[in-house]
Amino acid sequence: MFLASPKKLRSFGIIGMNQRNFGLISRYNPRHLYPLVDDKLKTKLLAQQAGITVPKLLGTLHYQHDVKLLKEILHPYDQFVIKPVKGSGGKGILVITQHDHNLYLKPSGDAIQLADIERHVSNILSGLHSLGGKPDSVMIESLIQLDPVFSGYSYEGIPDIRIIVFRGYPIMAMLRLTTHASDGKANLHQGAVGVGIDIATGEALHAVQYGETVLHHPDTRKTFSELAIPHWDKLLQLAAACYEMTGLGYLGADLVLDRDQGPMIIELNARPGLSIQVANYAGLAPRVAVIEALHAIDPNPQARATFSKKQFSAATNTHAPRLQHTRCDDPR
Amino acid sequence: MHANLRFYLLVILVMGLGVGLILYKHFVLGFPLLPDDKTPVWTIEAKIDFSARGGPVVVSFALPSETPDIVFIKEDFASPDYGFSELTSPSGRRAQWSKRTATGSQIAYYRLSMYETDQITSPTAADLPSEPEKPEFDEVLNTAAITLLDQVRNRSANTEIFTRELITTLNSKVPSQNQSLLLNERSSEDYKTHLIINLLALEGISARIVRGLYLEDGRRRQSLTNFVEVYIGGQWLLFNQNSGVHGKPENFLIWQRGDESLLDVVGGKNSQISFSIIRNLQSTRNLVVHDSMNKQAGIIDFSIYSLPIEQQNAFKIILLLPIGALIVVIMRLLIGIRTSGTFMPILIALALIQTTLLTGIIIFLTVVGTGLLIRSYLSRLNLLFVARISAVIIVVIAIIASISIISNKLGLDQAMTVTFFPMIILSWTIERMSVLWEEDGPREVLIQGGGSLLTAVIAYLFMSNRTVEYLSFNFPELMLVNLAFILLLGQYTGYRLSELYRFHSLERRNVSGKP
Repeated sequence: MFLASPKKLRSFGIIGMNQRNFGLISRYNPRHLYPLVDDKLKTKLLAQQAGITVPKLLGTLHYQHDVKLLKEILHPYDQFVIKPVKGSGGKGILVITQHDHNLYLKPSGDAIQLADIERHVSNILSGLHSLGGKPDSVMIESLIQLDPVFSGYSYEGIPDIRIIVFRGYPIMAMLRLTTHASDGKANLHQGAVGVGIDIATGEALHAVQYGETVLHHPDTRKTFSELAIPHWDKLLQLAAACYEMTGLGYLGADLVLDRDQGPMIIELNARPGLSIQVANYAGLAPRVAVIEALHAIDPNPQARATFSKKQFSAATNTHAPRLQHTRCDDPR
Repeated sequence: MHANLRFYLLVILVMGLGVGLILYKHFVLGFPLLPDDKTPVWTIEAKIDFSARGGPVVVSFALPSETPDIVFIKEDFASPDYGFSELTSPSGRRAQWSKRTATGSQIAYYRLSMYETDQITSPTAADLPSEPEKPEFDEVLNTAAITLLDQVRNRSANTEIFTRELITTLNSKVPSQNQSLLLNERSSEDYKTHLIINLLALEGISARIVRGLYLEDGRRRQSLTNFVEVYIGGQWLLFNQNSGVHGKPENFLIWQRGDESLLDVVGGKNSQISFSIIRNLQSTRNLVVHDSMNKQAGIIDFSIYSLPIEQQNAFKIILLLPIGALIVVIMRLLIGIRTSGTFMPILIALALIQTTLLTGIIIFLTVVGTGLLIRSYLSRLNLLFVARISAVIIVVIAIIASISIISNKLGLDQAMTVTFFPMIILSWTIERMSVLWEEDGPREVLIQGGGSLLTAVIAYLFMSNRTVEYLSFNFPELMLVNLAFILLLGQYTGYRLSELYRFHSLERRNVSGKP
């Protein structure tokens, strides 16, 4: 069967796009708050004010004639990331890992020239990657250093951790691993591997690529069974704190682990996707229901993270048998 | 819950308004629901000729009256140099031509175009009969009449049967003596009609003469046929005076009721009247629109039909857009097909309507394909974004021009319709696809391009359908129904078809994963 029965999906609590747009995004995310997360510079500023670590900002460009300054700005740095301020879905992100005279190396090893970077920046400024094609700005950030715990789990890129935060409570988490197919981007559409993460422990539950179960990383062949994310409590707290930061009821927090600086937030998303359900083999609906049933939202992010750990643990989950079975299936 | 209730009330209101207006237009104004409906339109010409005596002339001619089941499209009165007026009296309308002096042969024309509708004539309250006047027959005839009526009365149970029996007896092939006395071979039709009416009056039954015209295509020099209308049980029933058959025959136009003369000519002699009849088919919609405009039906008066034809034609296309929008909503919300640009498929569908399907798709693929090739070269030129999209627009126009010229040289007329494609939209499509190609690879380009084209083709199939086109133009109220559907779909929170595939691994896992 190529198609699932809608009845069964509903009984698992899988949320579809229409339900997400209608029941979650339009209900819990007031429109006027979108700019806070759609504009990455604003997000960065908010996070800094809240005392949350973010990648260091190396420079910004706002106008086409600023492009001439690019060489000067980039000169002192060997590694950097160029991002559109209002880009979505990882579009328009250029990562440079090495800088040698006029040659800039991408993670894949491809060399490009300053002129190529200038063209890329110019495209971003013209609004190529922004929502609705509006003029955009460019931000240049320091490159995140791969935490050794992920070595072997990532190919030509930095894995990021997506945590869905519903009314301040982290309800589901997924680790996104870059692959050769995804061209170093942590985007599931393009072939990145999504690994469902147990909210209670930060351990891997189950992994998918292109919607199909995988047991090991397609490029490095390393199995996911012993993967556990360090600083998990800190990551959950950071994600939970994004609720106070933005006021968005349903948001996706993208976090990374930096080798030197530890957990940090790179991006927030007011319209997080639904693939996280596939990676976790669980639906969002039951967890949303648990939070919706709460009388009051705890004002303390740490308390909320603790509540979520207890509530959404894979071990005590109502769908526990299935999920444990998943873990046992993995070869050790 | 409260907001939900309000929402559904709104949907029901919008839907009800739309459906109500459609039903009103169909049942009351007579708009056909399907485009193929043709109605026969009869054009009847009455020609009156007479020779004038040289003095003042007044010609008075009875005109048929409009009833709910008969709609007049047009009436013309023509006779050179005559003064004309139309008079309305309780007994019906009359045309009156007059002239101070006239000599020699004179002709007056009356031309009427009309069609029949399905509506049933309800008897009007004012149409009550007067008490029948007892006729005065001479002794012999009176005896014959009474005997005949006695015979007929014995054979009949009620007035209707009595009337029919009376007429058949009078018309029987082997006449009895009484009958021959009353009616002989030489008696005129008019005499027969009056005889029947008089005999019925003897019996205390009200009856009147009805003159009418059988409508047959291409007939000339026709005259009116007499019928007898009898008042039975509170309504007038029409009887054929030669057969006794009850009811109005098909294609029969009642010209005049009652005993007034059909034609009066003062100051003339040898007056004659003859009718000729022509039938042609016209689309029912045109007739209804025409009729409603005449009657000043508000809904038609303030509708698209009151616009000049050119604007009406523009609206023919504009009113198709909501259909396309509905298709896009269904494709995106229910099916989950991804398209490049939300409403780009509708614009492509509009272009397809002009170019026909296959030609349109070939042209679209050619333009976008060639555009993508040239665009990939442009991206190497390191241009600013707005300059680049402008360059793409020029490239698209160049491609379209070359397609037109080449196809013209090759004698392929169809490809000339390429100009109907919206060029700015095509340029944007090319630009987006090109970026998509660079960022997400050719797979995504195929998915979104294919999705757009598929949606466009489906929208085209609906929008080019003759019935859909007819309905959307003639029942703009359908937009309300459409709106109600779109509102409903806007609240659909179930799974999209594509999600059943997207999440299918979850289901499988669960089945096999159960211990």
